[in-house]
Amino acid sequence: MSKEPVAVVGIGQTKHVAARRDVSIAGLVREAAQRALADAELTWADIDAVVIGKAPDFFEGVMMPELYLADALGAVGKPMLRVHTAGSVGGSTALVAANLVAARVHGTVLTLAFEKQSESNAMWGLSLPIPFQQPLLAGAGGFFAPHVRAYMRRSGAPDTVGSLVAYKDRRNALKNPYAHLHEHDITLEKVQASPMLWDPIRYSETCPSSDGACAMVLTDRAGAARAPRPPAWMLGGAMRSEPTLFAGKDAVSPQAGKDCAADVYRQAGVTDPRRDIDAVEMYVPFSWYEPMWLENLGFADEGEGWKLTEAGVTELDGDLPVNMSGGVLSTNPIGASGMIRFAEAALQVRGQAGEHQVERARTVLGHAYGGGSQFFSMWLVGASAPQS
Amino acid sequence: MTREESSGVRDVAVVAFAQTDVLRTTDELSEVEMLMPVLHSVLDRTGLKTADIGFTCSGSSDYLAGRAFSFTLALDGVGAWPPIAESHVEMDGAWALYEAWTKLLTGDADTALVYAYGKSSPGSVRDVLTRQLDPYYVAPLWPDSVALAALQARALIDAGDTDEPALAAIGARSRRVATLNSRAQLRGSVPQGEYVVRPLRTGDCPPVGDGAAAVILAAGERARELCSRPAWIRGIDHRIEAHALGVRDLTDSPSTRLAAQKAGVFERPVDTAELHAPFSSQEVVLRKALRLDDSVRVNLSGGPLAANPMMAAGLVRIGEAAARIHRGESDRALAHATSGPCLQQNLVAVLEGEPR
Repeated sequence: MSKEPVAVVGIGQTKHVAARRDVSIAGLVREAAQRALADAELTWADIDAVVIGKAPDFFEGVMMPELYLADALGAVGKPMLRVHTAGSVGGSTALVAANLVAARVHGTVLTLAFEKQSESNAMWGLSLPIPFQQPLLAGAGGFFAPHVRAYMRRSGAPDTVGSLVAYKDRRNALKNPYAHLHEHDITLEKVQASPMLWDPIRYSETCPSSDGACAMVLTDRAGAARAPRPPAWMLGGAMRSEPTLFAGKDAVSPQAGKDCAADVYRQAGVTDPRRDIDAVEMYVPFSWYEPMWLENLGFADEGEGWKLTEAGVTELDGDLPVNMSGGVLSTNPIGASGMIRFAEAALQVRGQAGEHQVERARTVLGHAYGGGSQFFSMWLVGASAPQS
Repeated sequence: MTREESSGVRDVAVVAFAQTDVLRTTDELSEVEMLMPVLHSVLDRTGLKTADIGFTCSGSSDYLAGRAFSFTLALDGVGAWPPIAESHVEMDGAWALYEAWTKLLTGDADTALVYAYGKSSPGSVRDVLTRQLDPYYVAPLWPDSVALAALQARALIDAGDTDEPALAAIGARSRRVATLNSRAQLRGSVPQGEYVVRPLRTGDCPPVGDGAAAVILAAGERARELCSRPAWIRGIDHRIEAHALGVRDLTDSPSTRLAAQKAGVFERPVDTAELHAPFSSQEVVLRKALRLDDSVRVNLSGGPLAANPMMAAGLVRIGEAAARIHRGESDRALAHATSGPCLQQNLVAVLEGEPR
């Protein structure tokens, strides 16, 4: 039994902004989908199935919006699946689509993830009180700040590391025409002087609220052979979940994240991620998650991740660039953010990342997480087709 | 030589099924508490533990739960430790089963746990479902699910495909056979009742209820180890139609017909069908699209007119069909699930038991 190799042959994004008042939800997703089709030089008729993802339906106030979006995404008469795995959903959606190709159920699949946060209020959507259930404590920052504090205490990292990440990602975003935040006058001092929101997380170390969509066309070996531009090949992909609330959980470096990365590396034959992987698009909604995930993903030993950040290793011209696109810190249409990580990883190995392209990026990791650091999805893509 | 070795395609089967009683209200239970006995029950049937399962996938809806990320706490009930390979669809559990089936086909897993749950009782499900309509042009008018189904029923009657007595007979039959299903919500002779929205009466509409269901899938030899008569998934496919009712022929279901064709339904007759037709009129549409004649036993469980737990009702159809094969009461069964207004999205599976 062998799996069909999966190739990314088309990528499309919208220009991410705070509010796309000029388009409906359908208009937004169609824009990204059409760009992905144009990149692949395919038409709607070439698509066998559509896999769509987004974070909670309450964020737009539409229940199961895929029903309404079937027409806009050319899905009429086709299979359409809707994935929802919290913040990791964009990555999970791509993996579900990839499985359709890998299982040889379909030859060419359109996958798309979106969020149009301006239609409603995400903070409200996360704060609905329900009896007997733990709320997310007035938005995500309040939930994650204590875990950041725990990381700082455990690793001994100086409190300047978070601002270095934010300063880097916002500068990277200036090179990415699709990024939401383009802060041309950004300085490290400005990041450090921004208001404290959830100690130790400052305003400029948090992600924005964005409207946006990201789409990819995934296809099999035959589809890749017909592709007009170099495909990105999936070398490994995995999802892992663990409980939100239990005494044994390590919220700083969750076991599910470690296991997920290990599965991806095993599939791809990666034995030393620091050596074998050229760059990472990592889900960093709060700046401190860069050093935390560097450790969780095996790029640094426990307690050492912040040293890579501090030494400039994760800069665009560093030895292991992280979030070349500007990352979630610069663009956060929540449901799409994971897929943007996966798509940006694919852009890099296709050599199509424009001004934020990393030289000789041959093997790049896309990473997403969600919930209370309990859902993880990742893929590793390469410029060459997988062996065997 | 097994089929798997000869064709390179894996055979996947439903090897266990469990469901809750479907109840009008479950005020005293959280969703996790409703779900946990079902998870234990389905695992007990195979002797598997959570850690033995290769892939887990669930279906549910935040809008029914009234809370974002509602499925995250259900995962705590699964006991996802050590961490598990897991995913979730914001759809009926039948589509979670489809995702799990593709995962097993890739060879990444040999077994899968699929579950789904929904509590409709805390709110007005008729109002809640209006929120899944086009948010700019239709949802602001709040046309509810019964009103939309009534439009479809009216179109069928106008086309001469059915009449009110025939619809009443479907409701009566469903609830009569449900007497044999201890899990069903409405059982025995239930009056057809008053009009809810003409031409649909109470008896043409599904009861509002809470419930959960779970299924275990296994591939190849693993399925034979776990079940004496596995319900092999010979084909499964799903298709969606346009959302706007104005561009659809409500008397037909081309998406069901296409899914059935892709799933291989028409290659040989089925003896049993479990149809997710929440309204009596929709059974008329589905019977036509699926070419089911009177030789096929339809909804022996009582179907959705006897119990329609939102988000789980489609998975229950697959589970009920599979359970009949497990028990030797069917050799080739069809299971169907639907989503969206007036049968917009439809999934069809063909299940077979090996010759006895």
